[in-house]
Amino acid sequence: MQRVAKARGDLALRRHSEAIAFLVMTGLLVVAPTFAYPVFLMKALCFALFACAFNLLIGFVGLLSFGHALFFGWASYIAAHAAKVWGFPPELAILSGAATAAGLGAIVGALAIRRQGIYFAMITLALAQMMYFFAVQAPFTHGEDGIQAVPRGKLFGFIDLADQSNMYIMVLVIFLGCFLLIYRIINSPFGEVLKAIRENEPRAISLGYKSERYKLVAFVLSATFAGVAGATKALVFQLASLTDVDWPMSGEVILMTLVGGLGTLFGPVAGAFFMVTLENYLTTIGQWVFVVQGVIFVVCVLLFRRGIIGELAQVLRVKL
Amino acid sequence: MKRLFTLTAVAVVFGCGCAQAQYTDGTIKIGVMNDMSGTYADLSGQGSVIAARMAVEDFGAAAKGMKVEIVGADHQNKPDVGSNVVRTWIDVDKVDVIVDVPTSSVALAVNEIVRDKNKVFLVSGAAASDLTGPKCTPNTIHWTYDTWALANGTGKAIVKTGGDTWFFLTADYAFGHALERDTAAVVEKNGGKVLGKVRHPFPGTDFSSFLLQAQASKAKIIGLANAGSDTINSIKQASEFGITSGGQNLAALLAFITDVHALGLQTAQGLIMTEAWYWDLNDANREFTKKFAPQDKGVHPTMVHAGVYSAVTHYLKAVEALKSDADGKAVVAKMKEMPTDDKLFGKGVVRADGRKIHPMYLFEVKKPSESKAPWDYYKLRATIPADEAFRPLAEGGCPLVKS
Repeated sequence: MQRVAKARGDLALRRHSEAIAFLVMTGLLVVAPTFAYPVFLMKALCFALFACAFNLLIGFVGLLSFGHALFFGWASYIAAHAAKVWGFPPELAILSGAATAAGLGAIVGALAIRRQGIYFAMITLALAQMMYFFAVQAPFTHGEDGIQAVPRGKLFGFIDLADQSNMYIMVLVIFLGCFLLIYRIINSPFGEVLKAIRENEPRAISLGYKSERYKLVAFVLSATFAGVAGATKALVFQLASLTDVDWPMSGEVILMTLVGGLGTLFGPVAGAFFMVTLENYLTTIGQWVFVVQGVIFVVCVLLFRRGIIGELAQVLRVKL
Repeated sequence: MKRLFTLTAVAVVFGCGCAQAQYTDGTIKIGVMNDMSGTYADLSGQGSVIAARMAVEDFGAAAKGMKVEIVGADHQNKPDVGSNVVRTWIDVDKVDVIVDVPTSSVALAVNEIVRDKNKVFLVSGAAASDLTGPKCTPNTIHWTYDTWALANGTGKAIVKTGGDTWFFLTADYAFGHALERDTAAVVEKNGGKVLGKVRHPFPGTDFSSFLLQAQASKAKIIGLANAGSDTINSIKQASEFGITSGGQNLAALLAFITDVHALGLQTAQGLIMTEAWYWDLNDANREFTKKFAPQDKGVHPTMVHAGVYSAVTHYLKAVEALKSDADGKAVVAKMKEMPTDDKLFGKGVVRADGRKIHPMYLFEVKKPSESKAPWDYYKLRATIPADEAFRPLAEGGCPLVKS
């Protein structure tokens, strides 16, 4: 009798594993500023959102984009420019960044989804590099110097974001909102079709789904979320620079997703926190940064290929 | 929380303030941030931390009862990493002064943060002349060199020493354009002639067609208005085409002795460049180098390292005079008020816009046969006196100058 009850409890736990994990994550993020530095947390949150956006594409549609820095970086440029030069309030600056990313996503997506696998990756990379060189040349980006001293402004006209805790709350709300939205997308009928395309595209087509349209919509959504992340980051650091549009950034987001767990809901968040923490705490050890990062990546690929969260889910036998 | 902390800090300071000088949390904390793993690791990197430490030792901080601590960090040439490090340093670790910071995007970001938090920023590694121009702040001093000084020094001194016809090889982005424009203006103002220019993509790998155009122009000087790996690659390929052995000279507008070391004399010979400091220039420099090199794996100090030493020395003097490091603006004002004097840069001043003034030197890289010892790389071609070396105060557009 007891055993049955326990089993039932277990089952309930399993069924709600994602909800529980979400509550744990939210709880942790709410109390985090008391023991960690807020700017660092905000940076991690921006990258977590970026990785989630990327994961939406690779984890649930199976499309490996190698040009996601394009959306992240350009959204941060547009948001920074809007806030600094046009005097937009922060919410509009972020929206304009996201809209830019969506527009770019539609163009790049429409071109890239005609091809698959390595060709898809190469087209996204090529277009991203094209836009990188545009960022190098365009006068409003200030080339190497980047857009500096971007004002954080007042949210909705009355919440002063220069205050660190207000800024943190805003970033947290944006992150959680987008995270839930991504969760909703993945678990909608639309998301099911995406997963079907990932598993067997010809079969999805034979069932009557116009796979190209689904892929394009997924691509634009992913680009938009990446844009929200980039635009938010521009306000957090009050700068937009070439680092965010350059190709190593596209690589970094792949790394975050892989380390965290490809195709899991929480994996990219864990991966992003892990990588940003590394990057942050390794700043004091000088030239060993890349060696340590490389070793961790190799260990990860060799020993736990499902990523941190993927392995955890496997051990606990739950969906995360 | 933060307010509580400040209050406590204030209380602590007042509580024991009667005893000694009032340094925030009892310690002067120097944060050396630069590139420790990438392109600029040799010319700044760990060496700057060593230079800062040597400055503190030579100043005799311990004997004077000043507790000085040095921390180092790698910004990986990413403005967001640098910005994060500096914010954490200032807010959590109570760092009082940020030193070095090559890479202009990172330096400009740090410039803003340090102004907001009222600390001190001593730039040695970054080149952007905007730091003492439109973006100058009452908290920043630009110590060693800047793009204007390099363009001016190289352009003017070369023309005066006979290099009167020029051809530019320019990296095709804002930084390259600015360098080319500034240098070309100086060349023409001093009676030289610009025969032509060509722009190469940034970053570039194959410079052959551009170099052939430069060769065909018959200009005496080929000006390299680029930086980092572009400069290295164009020098290498120019050597393969035998451009310098054909009688033309390359003038690098942004290069360091560590670049010459990496290229080797065979490749770099005949290269002309401007620097603020060279280790073999006088006895004091040689003595400093003798102590420095063993600590930095044999790497001889660059002008950036020397600048860090000099800047930290002057900072400590100002703090000693004020008996406080709490107010960044006050410390910088004191540094501007006191004339500078240290063994590496000699006597000098810090101008109202935050520009440190000292002579600059035009060097030519020796032929392998002329070099007698390791790191014996330069011969002095001209000295640019301190009053001509930097951009005139009125031309920078620094808002501090008007007031």
